[in-house]
Amino acid sequence: MAKTYETVIGLEVHVELATKTKIFCGCSTAFGGAPNTHTCPVCTGMPGSLPVLNKQVVEYAAAVGLATNCTITRDCKFDRKNYFYPDNPQNYQISQLYLPICRDGHVDIELPDGTVKAVRIHEIHMEEDAGKLVHDDWDDVSYVDFNRSGVPLIEIVSEPDMRSAQEVIAYLEKLRLIIQYLGASDCKLQEGSMRADVNLSVREAGSETFGTRTETKNLNSFAAIERAIEAEKNRQIDLLESGDKVIQETRRWDDNKEYSYAMRSKEDAQDYRYFPDPDLVPVHISEEWLDEIRSRQPEFKTEKMKRYREEFGIPDYDINIITDSKKTADIFEEATALCGKPKKVSNWLMVETMRLLKENGMDAEDISFSAANLAKLVNLTESGAVNSSVAKEVFEKIFAEDIDPDKYVEENGLKQVNDEDALRQTVEEIVAANPQSVADYKAGKEKAIGFLVGQTMKAMKGKANPEIVNKMLKEILSK
Amino acid sequence: MDLLDMTAAELAAGIKSGSTSAVEAMEAVIARIKKSEAELNCYVTFDEESARAAAAKAQSDIEAGRLSGPLAGVPVAIKDNMCTKGVLTTCSSRILNNFVPAFSAEAVRNLEKAGAVMIGKTNMDEFAMGSTTETSAYGVTRNPWNTEHVPGGSSGGSAAAVAAKECFFALGSDTGGSIRQPASYCGVVGMKPTYGTVSRYGLIAYGSSLDQIGPLCKDVTDCAVIMEAIASHDSKDSTSMNRSDTDFTSALNDDVKGMKIGIPATYFGDGLDGEVKNAVMKAVGVLKDKGALVEEFELGLVDYAIPAYYTIAAAEASSNLERFDGVKYGYRAPDYEGLHDMYKKTRSEGFGAEVKRRIMLGSFVLSSGYYDAYYLKALRVKALIKKAFDDAFAKYDVIIGPVAPTTAPRLGESLSDPIKMYLGDIYTISLNLAGLPGISVPCGIDSRGLPVGMQIIGDCFKEKNIIRAAYAYEKARGRFPDAGERMAD
Repeated sequence: MAKTYETVIGLEVHVELATKTKIFCGCSTAFGGAPNTHTCPVCTGMPGSLPVLNKQVVEYAAAVGLATNCTITRDCKFDRKNYFYPDNPQNYQISQLYLPICRDGHVDIELPDGTVKAVRIHEIHMEEDAGKLVHDDWDDVSYVDFNRSGVPLIEIVSEPDMRSAQEVIAYLEKLRLIIQYLGASDCKLQEGSMRADVNLSVREAGSETFGTRTETKNLNSFAAIERAIEAEKNRQIDLLESGDKVIQETRRWDDNKEYSYAMRSKEDAQDYRYFPDPDLVPVHISEEWLDEIRSRQPEFKTEKMKRYREEFGIPDYDINIITDSKKTADIFEEATALCGKPKKVSNWLMVETMRLLKENGMDAEDISFSAANLAKLVNLTESGAVNSSVAKEVFEKIFAEDIDPDKYVEENGLKQVNDEDALRQTVEEIVAANPQSVADYKAGKEKAIGFLVGQTMKAMKGKANPEIVNKMLKEILSK
Repeated sequence: MDLLDMTAAELAAGIKSGSTSAVEAMEAVIARIKKSEAELNCYVTFDEESARAAAAKAQSDIEAGRLSGPLAGVPVAIKDNMCTKGVLTTCSSRILNNFVPAFSAEAVRNLEKAGAVMIGKTNMDEFAMGSTTETSAYGVTRNPWNTEHVPGGSSGGSAAAVAAKECFFALGSDTGGSIRQPASYCGVVGMKPTYGTVSRYGLIAYGSSLDQIGPLCKDVTDCAVIMEAIASHDSKDSTSMNRSDTDFTSALNDDVKGMKIGIPATYFGDGLDGEVKNAVMKAVGVLKDKGALVEEFELGLVDYAIPAYYTIAAAEASSNLERFDGVKYGYRAPDYEGLHDMYKKTRSEGFGAEVKRRIMLGSFVLSSGYYDAYYLKALRVKALIKKAFDDAFAKYDVIIGPVAPTTAPRLGESLSDPIKMYLGDIYTISLNLAGLPGISVPCGIDSRGLPVGMQIIGDCFKEKNIIRAAYAYEKARGRFPDAGERMAD
């Protein structure tokens, strides 16, 4: 009988923090500059330069630690991780090994069967990102771009508490939500502002000891993570089933080929010769400072959901979607406060906003329209000033350019025509021009009226109040 | 008075009063350099024309009232491990043979603000590793008192330049005695301030937790004036201290009445040359005669300082020197196959033997499995040494001892036996481990005609105590004969 196996997974998650400047110098962290334009002697490792810690990095790291139930190390230190590589200008990375800023936390994840599981966090530490190598195969040379060198990162190291790809995704989504709510990072896997390395081993079901693990890198989407976990689990089980051993090694995932290959084994593992960086002083986080950070913690999803249920009386389904991003939750709360119509606001966010985000390949974090303009649109539709099809058109404008809907409707003459006298002439013309439809309707084909309404709306350039048109047509046709 | 015999403070006063000028002073220095440099080799980089142009600009700025600092117009030499914008900075290493920094060290900028005019960059032991200035890739520097002898190190070029009057004063750096020991060997004043007093920004690091910039100069007054100019709180250096007590010249008051001086018996035991011992004890006697209270005491842990120091300094150096890899600047081996080979060849060809020895030592003590046994243990010893000094400074205002066990050794004597060379640092390195300030003041000449230095050690942030003691001694001692007289022959 075939053996059954259990998969054991721990994650190392790197998150790029949303500070304006780098971790040890004043250079911009902005994306997209020409190579080596966001650099200075410090982040290019010039002789004589010295690092000075950006306090915002400490505040973000501590905030993430508090939100994930960690103990905050009151006197933490930076260590040097020594290794030679050209993207690392000093040939050491400033990181934390001996006294990381956060330890011993956990996040709760909800499993498909509704049970809640705690995934423990071993530690969170602060470190600097490396530069980027650009290979020119034509000239057979490599260039280094140090724009990313010194961009602040936190690394969140979990315990090996996950047992499936689903748990891993739930854990990552939970982390992402927390960090986005804190504004500490936009956590985009595709752009590399969130990166997860998967430590995975398998063992026979019921076994108390762990199997030999591998670390898989280069996972750029949740889908890739799921595929890589499946593939690595199967690879390890196949090895064991055929009597081979799993080798402790680092593997690189190729998502196009859906295959990972070994990068380096434990035997080639480098000795990083970690030691405390003498250029930096220990970071003391006082009670006052920690209180300050704590007092700025936002209301997270779980608390928000509870409050929305009580305060706004909208369906759980809506609440779940809206609170999936702090951005949409903020817009919801602000727009509702302005127009007083929570369900209407929720509808715009859940239906049209989500549709447009998907169509444009955007995340909720990318939303740029204001709650005030959404609230105005809700008021316009509620008062009957615009009909629903015009409202959709206006919303697309709001979504794209954050236009003021009052002004836009006014300037483009989109106000709904509710005046029966103004509508009557057009309706009569349509009736006169479509004798066949009129005959169909009178012969009992009620659907024919829809065609007539449509023709009227078209003639009125969409601005007619469809209910009034419908009513008017019925009156005329029943005569 | 010959212009070159003036101290930096005297020259600054002369320039201010108009009795001389920055240009005259620089011309005198240039003439002296032309005369003695071929024999001494104090400088790695000296460009006559740019020195002349800098002096001319300073003089016109002084005359126009734009430059009025305490060192306005005074020519200064800078140790070649401090970055100087647009001027070659080599650390006396082949691996930086083409490195021109884009910025100047904070200490150099502070001197510029004070009006000093740079002459050039002085020779040193490669990356400040050595005690003789013989490990330089650009030739040895010779001692102006006797050219068969070393000037000490690692700031040997700076000390020799001051002694030979090839400058009016110089900056050095001190990681384990690299200012005080060459000052002692060359008969000039040298001071290592409290760690954190002078910014390390722009100082190319050797042992970051130990390195400190300080002056090499003709007398204690100059030392206090220069210290006031270079000490500053620098937000670019996380280890820089914000001090409000850097008015060092206020301690030039020739008053040591009631000052409590501790004499560590262990500093005067085996291994100390008799002539050095006598000269230092005689100098202590001078202070006693001026009213200081002198007491012998036992300073603990002296024997542990050298192993702890070489463990910590080498560990930090092994990491600090990783950036010299041939990728971004400096020397790159001409022929290589791929990245790894480029690293290997560049560093093998670019670094000298002593630097390689310390990189290997440092890499070893940090490697996994040895970190606790060596590096962590050394850090614990460092903390205990600090404690031993804390206990001593609870009783004494200053501690006095020798700077080095002997006067300057002959060229070639030290490098053949590195352990012996390391042991020569015994009286100076504890200060770096404990972060303490110390000054070396000339206090005698031995039977071979070589100067002897006395070391006055203060508690952290108590530079004024050591300046006070040194100044009072210097007043009583009178003018110290100088190597310049020999050079003038």
